[in-house]
Amino acid sequence: MQIEPREHIAPWRIALAPVAAVFVSLLIGSVLILWVGAPVLEAYVLLVKGAVGSSFALTETLTRSIPLIFTGLAATIAFRAKFYNIGAEGQLYCGALAATFFGTGLITLPPLLMIPFLMLVGALAGGAALAVPVMLKTHLKVDEVVTTLLLNFVILLFVGYFLEGPLKDPMSMGWPQAEPIIDEGLFPSLVDKSRLHFGFIFALIGSVLCWAMMRFTVWGYEIRAVGLNASAAKFAGINVNATVIRTALISGGFAGIAGVSEVAGLKGYLTLDISPGFGYTGIAVAMLAQLNPLAVVLSALFISMIYVGADSMSRAINIPTYIADVLVGLSVLSILVSVMLTRYRVRFR
Amino acid sequence: MALLAFHNITKRFGSLTANDDISFSLDRGEVIALLGENGAGKTTLMNILYGHYTADKGYIEVDGQKLPAGQTDAAINAGIGMVHQHFTLAENLTVLENIMLGTESLWSLGQKRAPAKEKLAQMSEDYGLKVDPDARVAELSVGERQRVEILKALYRDARVLILDEPTAVLTPQEADSLFKTLKSLTKEGFAIIFISHKLHEILAISTRVEVLRRGKIVGSIETEKADRKLLAEMMVGRTVERPVLEQMETGKPIVELENVTVEDKSKDASGVPKLNKVSLTVHQHEIVGIAGVAGNGQSSLADLLSGLEKPDAGTFTLLGQEVTSASPADIVHRGVGRIPEDRHSSGVVGDMMLWENLISEDLRHAPVSKAGVLIDRKACLERANKLIDAFDIRCEGPEAETKLLSGGNMQKLILARALSPKPGFILANQPVRGLDEGAIAYVHEQLLAAKKRGAAVLLISEDLDELFALCDQIAVMYHGTLTQSYDAKTLTIAEVGLMMAGQQSKNTNHSEQPHTENSSHSETTNSGNEEHPHAN
Amino acid sequence: MMDILEILVSAGFWAATIRIVSPLILGTLGELICERAGVLNLGIEGIMTMGAMSGWMWVYMGGDLWTGVMFAAFMGLMFGLLHSIFTVYLGLSQHVTGIGITLFASSLSYYVYRMLLPDATTPPKIEPFQIYEVPFLSEIPVIGEALFSQTPLTYLALILVPVVWYVLYKTPLGLAVRMAGENPMAVEAQGINVLSIRTGAVMVGSAFMAVGGAFITMSAFDAFFFGMINGRGWICIALVIFASWKPGKALIGALLFAGLDALQVRAQQTSGALIPYQFFLMMPYILSIVAMVIMARKASYPKALLVPFRRGERT
Repeated sequence: MQIEPREHIAPWRIALAPVAAVFVSLLIGSVLILWVGAPVLEAYVLLVKGAVGSSFALTETLTRSIPLIFTGLAATIAFRAKFYNIGAEGQLYCGALAATFFGTGLITLPPLLMIPFLMLVGALAGGAALAVPVMLKTHLKVDEVVTTLLLNFVILLFVGYFLEGPLKDPMSMGWPQAEPIIDEGLFPSLVDKSRLHFGFIFALIGSVLCWAMMRFTVWGYEIRAVGLNASAAKFAGINVNATVIRTALISGGFAGIAGVSEVAGLKGYLTLDISPGFGYTGIAVAMLAQLNPLAVVLSALFISMIYVGADSMSRAINIPTYIADVLVGLSVLSILVSVMLTRYRVRFR
Repeated sequence: MALLAFHNITKRFGSLTANDDISFSLDRGEVIALLGENGAGKTTLMNILYGHYTADKGYIEVDGQKLPAGQTDAAINAGIGMVHQHFTLAENLTVLENIMLGTESLWSLGQKRAPAKEKLAQMSEDYGLKVDPDARVAELSVGERQRVEILKALYRDARVLILDEPTAVLTPQEADSLFKTLKSLTKEGFAIIFISHKLHEILAISTRVEVLRRGKIVGSIETEKADRKLLAEMMVGRTVERPVLEQMETGKPIVELENVTVEDKSKDASGVPKLNKVSLTVHQHEIVGIAGVAGNGQSSLADLLSGLEKPDAGTFTLLGQEVTSASPADIVHRGVGRIPEDRHSSGVVGDMMLWENLISEDLRHAPVSKAGVLIDRKACLERANKLIDAFDIRCEGPEAETKLLSGGNMQKLILARALSPKPGFILANQPVRGLDEGAIAYVHEQLLAAKKRGAAVLLISEDLDELFALCDQIAVMYHGTLTQSYDAKTLTIAEVGLMMAGQQSKNTNHSEQPHTENSSHSETTNSGNEEHPHAN
Repeated sequence: MMDILEILVSAGFWAATIRIVSPLILGTLGELICERAGVLNLGIEGIMTMGAMSGWMWVYMGGDLWTGVMFAAFMGLMFGLLHSIFTVYLGLSQHVTGIGITLFASSLSYYVYRMLLPDATTPPKIEPFQIYEVPFLSEIPVIGEALFSQTPLTYLALILVPVVWYVLYKTPLGLAVRMAGENPMAVEAQGINVLSIRTGAVMVGSAFMAVGGAFITMSAFDAFFFGMINGRGWICIALVIFASWKPGKALIGALLFAGLDALQVRAQQTSGALIPYQFFLMMPYILSIVAMVIMARKASYPKALLVPFRRGERT
């Protein structure tokens, strides 16, 4: 087997890569559906219907995509600099915790200020959660993958402590949950009688800002250069450590905002299950988007479709809901291959 | 029947034809020199012979038996041994481990170290290739590593030995001793394929020369009938005009290093500093050359002067101002143009566009960016177009991906970035490595033009011919120390060679130096400096 | 202070330490083998989950314990193969592939578990490995109880440490594996197929991980829960770094770690009122990070770790 780089990459190949990856994932997923004994096509039709078949389903899908856009952006920007932040899950909870800490009565501002304020403290908390791993990486060369992964567990326990201790809602009947966010801090609803909230708009703005930064600014240039060839970047006079740290803080910030949005936009209060792994799924979102901030929106919508659709599909025909996670895991693997096939051709001899 | 025969070998990489219908053969006791410029296809051909690559067309015969394509183990079993240009040794393992790898069945439950060690000791003795079998490769000098590579091949009972640019990393004296070893091997019936682009070596060692140009054999000649001029023309395809060195009155000092020491902080540090009390001055209108075997501290010196490394002691003064702890960005903005050793790994970001690589040293300044935040794409593209014209970079335009450029054009891009701001000091670290003659001449012209305009130039090179052709002053690095600078006109290659092997200064009795009949270097020693550097 | 001393001399503490260390040894050895060949395997967390589920399920479905272990190992081999197709043959990002494998393998484990046991509310149980008391040796005070009154899988884990050491350092195969992690071109130049060596190492290493996961459901507990690997895989990766990629040091590191973990559980029981339990539970993760920080500077990485090798590609 011979792998040869293509000299010119046709744009259609780049656009086709995620489509092919999704197709392959669904194909492999259908084996699992068959194993349960359910009809594949019907299952996928139910999945799509469950995700976009009604206005309620559609708003649910859009709502679910909000944290995924944010964590997807977190992974996108970090991976662009080859900083493997796998800790978005923890950073998300840090953001949520900060929003709870400041947003449950400690500080009261008019909504126009309160919401940005909560997002800011959430972003700072998310960034702070990544400060330790990134400093360990830049100054002591400690691998960030393992530290960010391990910190997820630490942070979750830390949040658990707060929910059973200092921040526990006395009205919660013993459940580990925090007091609700004050009304001024709650994100306004976007569509009546749905859970879709203003966070969606923020997510879209975030993705455009992220894209603009990568494309038009010196920071974006530095992030790309450091990610593609750190030693050349260093030689040219780019401060590689500063770039990595800056990237990490922005990445952690996006993940933190995801947490704020779930608490102040969706649930209204913090519990230990606000995220069923949005941080990890964000990696899949980013990969499927080929680390393009604008494409993150599309890929987050797609993945959220799978999750929302799988829920209703599994209710209709007994397929475990974990099928959604399986499909997401598969899509990470298949996008790797399909992106590779855009850049290389494989020849068998 | 020939020991080894190539039949119509053709190999393509994408649109590039690296080997085009190559056929030749060799016999026992022969030393075939494969001569060609960088990129002519020499290494590719040898990689096909050794089974690293599979040819698209053609086949190879050993003793009349067809050699299975693309199988290294088959090549080894057929008696082919290869000393790669970039040694294939694991530094953290011992010499014996490196040699024993692959000699025993992977499924045997133990290793027979003692007999292996004995066989190795016997071979070291027989061929005069001394090396400590229990030493870690990381502790060995480059010359010793090469011996390990040769022993590796001999240990596997090779009959055909391929040496890919074996002298690139040796002092002239070490090269002579390698040649002696090779001669004794041929007397025992070995056949040798010797890859080089250095004409004097080829004339000294080979029995026949096969000249490659752009993947094709363009000539085959008995070495007895060849001379430098003829070979040079066959290799390049035309007569090469070398730039003429122009003596100039030097101006004020631009770069001054005083007793600079850089400690080795790596885990395998041997206690020897990477730079040991190095002092150096480079003036306006002057090119100073740094000679030395690779790995003697040249990279540290370059890193220091580029701002990538900070000295532990000593001072670095640039245009009269101390810049000892300046960052690379500072260094650039104080007027230093830098040409890095490895253009792929530190020169350019291959996956970014041409125009992006042209601005990488100037990101936070107008006109590249507005207020150091927004990149002014239009201004950058304009600038890129100008530089592409001025430096004759052959490309599809400023928005082409940089990695698609040929080596020479990539180097032109780096020259454009480094030289267009008209820096007062130019650091050129191996600026022509891997380039073809046309590109080499271009780089040299640029350096000489910069000198003429008043720049100070430091040229680090492992190629003595290059240094003697361009430099006014030459200093030699050895184990982190730097000799004083000598007027290039008063130096001989043999003197530089001795300093490359550790002699502190050139003041020794000339009659003491090794002088063998076959040594091409001793021949050049006698012939004076005016004509020697570039007969080729 | 007295409490801690008392704990340290109690046989129960040491027995617990050895029990905790078993899956860590298996996982750490597995990761070590992969990384020695030059491949980072971040699939470990998912592969351990898969091993835990598949071994357990095998037994629950009526298989016996040892074939269950072998089935878990087989699943490990398969996911190792998947990992190496991506990282070794296709040369894709080892980081992203590993994360992908973890996402895929763990969700697949849960999916299969739910599919086969759709209605189970309380986790069903199996008859796990029983303690096997080594004759005579188990009667030695403290050490006997700690070291020689364990389940067979623990003995397997402990024996594998010298076995892996021997294979890596004393056999031609081990030499080839280490060389593949240091300089794959050196392996290639001696006529050995780098891709096969790496693939083999990743597959065997992944089988180790899977058996480590199976230990948890078949020896330490008797049931499969969601999220039961709980970061142990990531801890193993930290331990490999702490051990400087050496099997002996990996054992010491894992023991140290497990000892502190066992101590933490006991300290939690005695001083639980004063310090919230969450802080005790954080200790293993924080300790892993600290261990990495201590060793990161001294550790000498296999030189070709994370570097893909493509045969016949122009360099």
